Amino acid sequence: MDHYTLRKIIDKSMRILIYSALVVGLIPLFSILGQVILKGASSVNISFLTQPSPTVGEAGGGVANAVQGTLATLGLASLIGVPLGLVSGIFLSEYSEAKISSPIRFFNDVLSGFPSIVVGIFAYGLIVRAIGFSVTAAAFALAIIMIPIVTRTTEEAMKLVPATVREAAIALGVPRWRTIVSVVISGAKKGITTGIMLALARIAGESAPVLVTMGYWRWWFAGLNQPAANLALNIYIFAISPFENWQALAWGSALVLVILILGINVVVRAATKEKYK
Amino acid sequence: MTRMSYKFEIENLNAWFGSKQALSNINIKIKEKAVTAVIGPSGCGKTTFIRCLNRMHEIVPGTRVSGKVLFGGTDIYAEDADPVQIRRKMGMVFQKPNPFPMMSIYDNVAAGLKLNGVRDKKRLDEVVEHSLRMAILWDEVKDDLNKSGASLSGGQQQRLCIARALAVEPEVMLMDEPASALDPIATGKLEVLIRMLANDYTVVIVTHNMQQAARLSDFTAFLYLGELIEYGPTKDLFENPKNELTEKYITGQFG
Amino acid sequence: MKTRQKLSVFVHNLNAERIRKLLKKYSKSDNQFKLLTAVFASSIFVVLGLIVYELVTGSQLSIQGFGIGFVVGTKWDPAISQVFGALPLILGTLVTSAIALLIGVPLSLGIGLALSEFSPKRFGFAVSFLVELLAAIPSVIYGLWGIFTLIPFLRNNVYLPLQAGLGFIPLFYGPVYGGGVLTAGIVLAIMIIPTVSAVSRDAFSAVPNTQREAMISLGATKWETAKIVISYARTGVIGAIILGLGRAVGETMAVTMVIGNKFQLLPASLFDAWYTMAAIIANEFTEATYDLYVSALIEVGLVLFFVAIVINILARLIVWRSLRLVRGIARE
Repeated sequence: MDHYTLRKIIDKSMRILIYSALVVGLIPLFSILGQVILKGASSVNISFLTQPSPTVGEAGGGVANAVQGTLATLGLASLIGVPLGLVSGIFLSEYSEAKISSPIRFFNDVLSGFPSIVVGIFAYGLIVRAIGFSVTAAAFALAIIMIPIVTRTTEEAMKLVPATVREAAIALGVPRWRTIVSVVISGAKKGITTGIMLALARIAGESAPVLVTMGYWRWWFAGLNQPAANLALNIYIFAISPFENWQALAWGSALVLVILILGINVVVRAATKEKYK
Repeated sequence: MTRMSYKFEIENLNAWFGSKQALSNINIKIKEKAVTAVIGPSGCGKTTFIRCLNRMHEIVPGTRVSGKVLFGGTDIYAEDADPVQIRRKMGMVFQKPNPFPMMSIYDNVAAGLKLNGVRDKKRLDEVVEHSLRMAILWDEVKDDLNKSGASLSGGQQQRLCIARALAVEPEVMLMDEPASALDPIATGKLEVLIRMLANDYTVVIVTHNMQQAARLSDFTAFLYLGELIEYGPTKDLFENPKNELTEKYITGQFG
Repeated sequence: MKTRQKLSVFVHNLNAERIRKLLKKYSKSDNQFKLLTAVFASSIFVVLGLIVYELVTGSQLSIQGFGIGFVVGTKWDPAISQVFGALPLILGTLVTSAIALLIGVPLSLGIGLALSEFSPKRFGFAVSFLVELLAAIPSVIYGLWGIFTLIPFLRNNVYLPLQAGLGFIPLFYGPVYGGGVLTAGIVLAIMIIPTVSAVSRDAFSAVPNTQREAMISLGATKWETAKIVISYARTGVIGAIILGLGRAVGETMAVTMVIGNKFQLLPASLFDAWYTMAAIIANEFTEATYDLYVSALIEVGLVLFFVAIVINILARLIVWRSLRLVRGIARE
């Protein structure tokens, strides 16, 4: 076999290998989604959606309290995380010439790749030691996870607003800060909103920090200084339990969570499709 | 005295970028071991033309080529033709020098050889030196062969690219405005090199610089809006253009 | 350093005149706004600083109790002798991450290449979307799938046959229950694919086309051209891999759900259970009943923090540097 034929064979083989990598890499996605849908769908019914978590040995049960608790926790986390992330993103986008903005951006990036369990321990030390396991502590941890995401997406969204828009406003005599607040932000509205939604999707799935700041809670929402039920954490608790109905609940909760998270992701991708064209 | 043969015989060559036609019905025969210049205003298709000669035009998605390009008697666009092997037989130099920055000067020149399976160090050394000499670069870099290919000046980088192309012993050198990114001194050196190359290779050079075409080439083709307007010996085309458009272009009335 | 000098000169020269000037400067609404947003944005430093502070003070008890021995200690006995040591956890984290890289990086590079070199635009868009979906799936759902789908599958279709054929190799000894070190590595590999493939795909796409054209004009095949692309983008690829490592090191729920959570210096084989830093914290934090126990777990968190932050900083530096290199600095 001459050298050229060998090269052609290698070329063909590598192509096959590369496409195989693509297929192999995506198989888990379909397996996970498929299993969640298959196994979760059989759990989902009216009582599933309206009842709280079951006690040990009790049959049935549902995700109602988990959904309630998760919404409360996410809500509080957003109250803390979104403003901070927004303002940071505004600063990085509008004043990127400031010397301090490079370090800020760098450490934001670093923080976004962080193990969430460590954030959880941090929130434990700061908040749980003061007021005990609580929604507040969990929300605090989740807010910290949110902030780098909101910061980055806000910055990117605002940077996309063309300079001409800013220049027009300044030419009209509008002070810079008001230009930013009224004009640029409204121009970047879509990007900012989708960024917040992505951050929410991310923290909705976080269970590690919730585990160490709230723990398992099987009742309804009882105030910010108490723990609350959490959808993601429940999946963990139910999955490792020895009870079959609990395990079924885990799959059902996973289905609800996946629909929520992937739903947000799909909506965001559809909304920002122009970016890819 | 033997008549010089034709290296390329191009019949009804058409080329498209998506729906936009870049070349229309080009019919031309390019002489062997001569320098043929392709001139014309921006957008006339001269770069597309030269890239059709080594089947580089089609690597961009959405492009299309029709017609025949006979190279050494065989149509390179035939059904069973292998573009990889065709490109091997032609060397190409681009507008902006593109040496491989992550390789040394030596490895840049040897790149094509290694592709073809040449492993023998002695042979590689020989070919690298020979190619660099032909590219009039050897004396300047012979002590620094291990330095990065990107550490040279613009003019040197371009000569490195020429050495790299020459190393695989092509039959043809295709040059797409090779001096446009270079300063006048580097350009001068390059032009000397191009004239020397014509002794051994068929050279086709695209240029927007008419004086350069007049200086360097034996034959000149004038393209306008994708069509071949005029083609002939350089002296004739510049001193006695047959086509009015040609005359207008070379007297600087447009483009 | 220059900033510190400026700052001290500034403070030194402070007097009524200058203070008045400063107040005037910041009475302008624009500067107030800039200052305000800057302060908010700088909260990140406060957060990071607080995290370090909390972790250090929280670990105090444990640090005082075990000193440097904690990092090399091999005993974890909360019940009886109340001795804690983290070496097996560190090893477990590193080994499972290494397995994740071994399996996940080739797959990710393949996907990155497929997306940037070997596929038309539309197809690439759909695939990128699917890969991003993979990234959006929460860790706990990977764990759920791991327990009920992957473990039985691996046990029956991969591990048992492996042991049947290659059981003489120590790596494949011992009882096969389906979870354990290798399974954790596999789950981690899947979880890092989105990150590593996306970053390396970006690195490949940033390689100038002129490089590809140079190779193609020399008569190179598509794969040979791709090799040049990888070579050109290798800094970015390394950055992508380290980013993947950073993710693998910090993964908690998926790991703790499949690895078996067994504290031992070394596992008996790839099929044996083990433990990682993140997994032990998740598993035992809520059951740590006395202060030294909690402090030991926090110290594990501190070690994990350092490992993760070093890896992340390294990765970001490399990725930033490679992006700058590609964008127009061709001369060295």
